[in-house]
Amino acid sequence: MIKRFIALLFLAGIGTIFASLLFTYEPDTNLNLTARYYAEHTASDIGAANIVTAIIVTYRGLDTLGEVTVLFLASTIVGLVLALGRKSGSAQRVPVPVGELLTTGSLFLVPLIMLLGAYVFVNGHLTPGGGFQGGAILASGILLMLLVDPAKRFSHSLIATLESFSGLSYVALGVLGIFLAGGFLDNRILPTGALGSLVSAGAIPLIYTLIGLKVGAEFSSMLASLSETEEP
Amino acid sequence: MTVLMTAMSIVFCSAMIGAALVAIHARNGQSLPIAILAAGLVSLFASVLFLILAAPDVAMTEAAIGSGLTTFLFFFVLARIRASAQSGTSHSGGEYD
Amino acid sequence: MAYIAMATGFLLILIGFYGALTNRNLLRMIIAFTIADTGVNIVIVAIGYMHGRTAPILDSTVSAAEAVTRIIDPVPQALVLTAIVIGVGVTALMLTYAYKLYERKGTLDIAQHTELKW
Repeated sequence: MIKRFIALLFLAGIGTIFASLLFTYEPDTNLNLTARYYAEHTASDIGAANIVTAIIVTYRGLDTLGEVTVLFLASTIVGLVLALGRKSGSAQRVPVPVGELLTTGSLFLVPLIMLLGAYVFVNGHLTPGGGFQGGAILASGILLMLLVDPAKRFSHSLIATLESFSGLSYVALGVLGIFLAGGFLDNRILPTGALGSLVSAGAIPLIYTLIGLKVGAEFSSMLASLSETEEP
Repeated sequence: MTVLMTAMSIVFCSAMIGAALVAIHARNGQSLPIAILAAGLVSLFASVLFLILAAPDVAMTEAAIGSGLTTFLFFFVLARIRASAQSGTSHSGGEYD
Repeated sequence: MAYIAMATGFLLILIGFYGALTNRNLLRMIIAFTIADTGVNIVIVAIGYMHGRTAPILDSTVSAAEAVTRIIDPVPQALVLTAIVIGVGVTALMLTYAYKLYERKGTLDIAQHTELKW
């Protein structure tokens, strides 16, 4: 009981801070300096129609590289920790048979889901979406395949090869930016093209495709290693 | 238009708070799958709210990752825990709930 | 609208903290943390919202010249996008450790895991 009381006291303190923040909040009427710079210069400098994509891939590209690295570390540690101290020869579970509907439906849906994922990350510089969303959609296609056949073993080496290939190409594109354009991860190593067309914004579609493949591989390996209940 | 948007955001916000309360409330025999699904529902309503707040990129991310993949991660771990509770190799008690 | 969303975000953070502090089941604590995570993201996006403006995407309705007066702040959106993706990595790690703890002790009750208690 005393623990619950202390918890409520703590929450009341935080709640007071939040309430004072909420009641003194004045919404901005104009963009601040940073946002104004991005709004004015994205179209001419980067050539991407989606300003959020321009920030993520080019202006703050180094942060995104770090983010993808963190995700890679997370998926690696998940696989490592689950593999540690695994008892061999424990009870083999008999998998529950899946229905005909799920099997047939997945045959129909998995290619479409993969196609949607590819569409989302190729069009990341024009429409909402991009590498992270497209990668998650790719991973949900893998998830559907896992649901249909829980005993299916995904080739971990294939996922790892795809993941390291896209990561390496991402860094290589970034280093190319140092020599051919203004700096690391500069997208102007390719012509920026016309605003709003599919082949535009320099290297952004290429980089976002690589990010999408990498993120999709990382999420897939996370899902696969968490769902594998039996011994590999 | 603005009135409609405000009304919609009020509806979604109250639904989110309700789902969040369901998700954390552990009394009267509520099962863990219901809590997981309620947390997924909070994420799904949050993605609609992001769309109302003019952030379509964030809305897509939240719908695909926060609401889709996270829910399945929880269910996979729950399935593993239940499997090792049923196999009985580890320990006596099956207090996963 | 931004006020409603911000109040909801703060409430979700409080609900999540309450759940994480009072529940003893590890999985329920992780669920509460994901709810608090969603609340933080909603607050950050709501701060970037400006009344009467549109999403930061240039197309036929928002030309590049008038973007400064028509779009909302894109920086919080980019931050939140990063935060969501990192959030799922953190959640996966927490779930993995919860499973390993269950494997050791056969229970998810946090009070039974007393190795680091003092």
